[in-house]
Amino acid sequence: MTDLTEAVRRLLAEHPPGGSDPTAFLGARFDAGLAWVHFPVGLGGLAAPRDAQTEVDRLLAEAGAPGPDPANAIGLGMAAPTLVAHGSPEQQQRYLRRLFTGEEIWCQLFSEPGAGSDLAAVATRAVLDGDTWSVTGQKVWTSGAHNARRAILLARTDVDVPKHAGLTYFVVDMTDPGVDVRPLRQITGEAEFNEVFLTDVRVPDTDRVAAVGHGWRVATETLNNERVAIGAGADREAGQIGLVARRWREDPSVRSAAQHDTLMRWWVESEVTRMAGERLRQQLAVGAPGPESSAMKLAFARQAQGITNLMMELAPDEALEHDTWELVRPRSGSFLGRGPGYRYLRAKGNSIEGGTSEVMRNVVAERVLGLPADHRPDKGVPFKDVPR
Amino acid sequence: MTDLLYSADDQDLRDAVRGSLARVLDHDRVAALYDDPGADVSAAWRAVASDLGLAALLVPEHLGGAGATAREAAVVAEELGRAVAPVPFLTSSVVATTVLVHAAQAGSQEAADALGGLADGTSTAALVLPWTARAGTRTTYDGGPVRPVAGAVGADLLLVPRADGLHLVPAADAEVTPLTSLDMSRPVATVEVGGEGVLLADSEQAAVYVDAGLVAGAALLASEQLGVAQWCLETTVAYVGTRVQFARPIGSFQAVKHRLADLYLEVVQAQAAARWAAAALAEGDPDLPVAVATAQSWCSEVALHAAEEAVQLHGGIGMTWEHPVHLYLKRAKADQLALGTPAAHRSDLGVLVDLVP
Repeated sequence: MTDLTEAVRRLLAEHPPGGSDPTAFLGARFDAGLAWVHFPVGLGGLAAPRDAQTEVDRLLAEAGAPGPDPANAIGLGMAAPTLVAHGSPEQQQRYLRRLFTGEEIWCQLFSEPGAGSDLAAVATRAVLDGDTWSVTGQKVWTSGAHNARRAILLARTDVDVPKHAGLTYFVVDMTDPGVDVRPLRQITGEAEFNEVFLTDVRVPDTDRVAAVGHGWRVATETLNNERVAIGAGADREAGQIGLVARRWREDPSVRSAAQHDTLMRWWVESEVTRMAGERLRQQLAVGAPGPESSAMKLAFARQAQGITNLMMELAPDEALEHDTWELVRPRSGSFLGRGPGYRYLRAKGNSIEGGTSEVMRNVVAERVLGLPADHRPDKGVPFKDVPR
Repeated sequence: MTDLLYSADDQDLRDAVRGSLARVLDHDRVAALYDDPGADVSAAWRAVASDLGLAALLVPEHLGGAGATAREAAVVAEELGRAVAPVPFLTSSVVATTVLVHAAQAGSQEAADALGGLADGTSTAALVLPWTARAGTRTTYDGGPVRPVAGAVGADLLLVPRADGLHLVPAADAEVTPLTSLDMSRPVATVEVGGEGVLLADSEQAAVYVDAGLVAGAALLASEQLGVAQWCLETTVAYVGTRVQFARPIGSFQAVKHRLADLYLEVVQAQAAARWAAAALAEGDPDLPVAVATAQSWCSEVALHAAEEAVQLHGGIGMTWEHPVHLYLKRAKADQLALGTPAAHRSDLGVLVDLVP
């Protein structure tokens, strides 16, 4: 840790945060190996333990250093670890630094109209034509596609094998003329997400990640990265409960004897979830990751929905108004911003995005508790023969 | 941030307690207490207190104890909950012991002497207050019969918080009448104290010591509840994986597996809450009252929910006297009401974190 502290000190001395522009600073941070300390040397890391990152982030934040762009959450949280684990040395050199500095925002072309919870049913086809793939299909729920320079893509390269075995993982240039990005308006009125239509998009074979047919394994690992990235190390009352608790303290008009126990139940549930997240982090730190992480997402969705609902009931007159229904295009999603009605509506997505709560329960029941799998009619059947 | 994990020593301790209890106790012996409250289950307490020396955990070394911390006592409480063990660990080795340690450290020789017997397992003690009491409620014994008191049946010594201070009274000087209890594995009684005994502390100190005992009890009850919940979850998962209806294990139905996934999450949260409360107690953390109120609110409900789900998901067999799950339902319900109901703890918590009605 002292080496890392020293590395942070050196970075800050050579590139005073106030004096350099954010992109230059983040580039220097990448070069110093402080982007992801657990990544290999030369790829933004120092091959240090993963949990050392928390301290590095804290020191940099204290010094007022600019952090990576939250609009690039997919790139930072999913594309980068996947490229480090499975990308070619050339891909790693070409993409990681500009990803970290935010010069290139990344998005994720996974879900499709016919492949939501059943992600392995992806039907977008990639066909090899010489040393270039031609990709055609339709993707949906692509956050940030309208800002993205590159994408990670899951596409079908073989229809004659069962669904999981026929997928391949690619990096896509979003400026390709065959890429058509259209806003997908949500129940909040805004459009964080997009539909992405792919028509003969050209992807050089050098942008294939891992072997042909290995896409499912690579993508699953990416999704695990997404789930692990959720929620550890927060302060007490950091989430939705904090908004309600502060309002309750500051505004006597929202207090009611009838709602007090409901408020305290959510306070307790938020706090025990925070502690469970902290316990999970401690297990990871000693190299014994617990299986609890797959269950944590269930807790966050439940609380977000319950607490945003309570907030509206505590101030009912206010909740009957809404800030705006305008179709805005936010750079990144916000669960805690805007008014109570917005937060209530946005929270409805928390039990759908990144794995529905029903799928998460299946995952917990089968992979953690070891309960028997449900009946799966498409098991072992070539993709082309599965009814769709 | 507080360490919420178990140490290697904790795991050894857990193995020792589980192994010992398995040799001397089974569910039939616990169930027998419902038909015959006098059935002999003393082997369980001998194993825990004398053989393993666990009654001495919370007694400091200079007072003849093991000088362990609440973290280790919490591991023991988990295992006792898991076995729904009919032993006075929580009432005597945690609540009464904590009260006596405070008195002894303030100079009471009588308290120190009493702790010697408690630590080596030759005697047990009980706090004469209703088992629903919680810290901060300033309850005292005003004479006459008091009920329902836990840990008094079979106890040698009674701690009696009277208006003038805390008295230590031999059980021989009191009338202890066992009640037919919801949870016969921790029976409650009516206690009427006749003798004055010896005064251990004045009324002001007594209130502090009694509250400390009740806080320690509530903190470690959370770990007992965790053990109850874990047994219920694991037993039910095993059952639905083998019980076949409609030509499938019932655990392959989403209606069943989703309930168990939700319960698993609750137990994960309960484990974090219970470890937090135990660590806060061990460290004398100023956040202890918040940790205890939070853990009691959560773990009480989770243990009960786990037992209720266990009954439901076992179907008909879960409703029988023959299957042990009813022992856990009764313990879980009694534990939920013990040392402050969840709603009472949430009410306390509102004051602690400045969220009052």
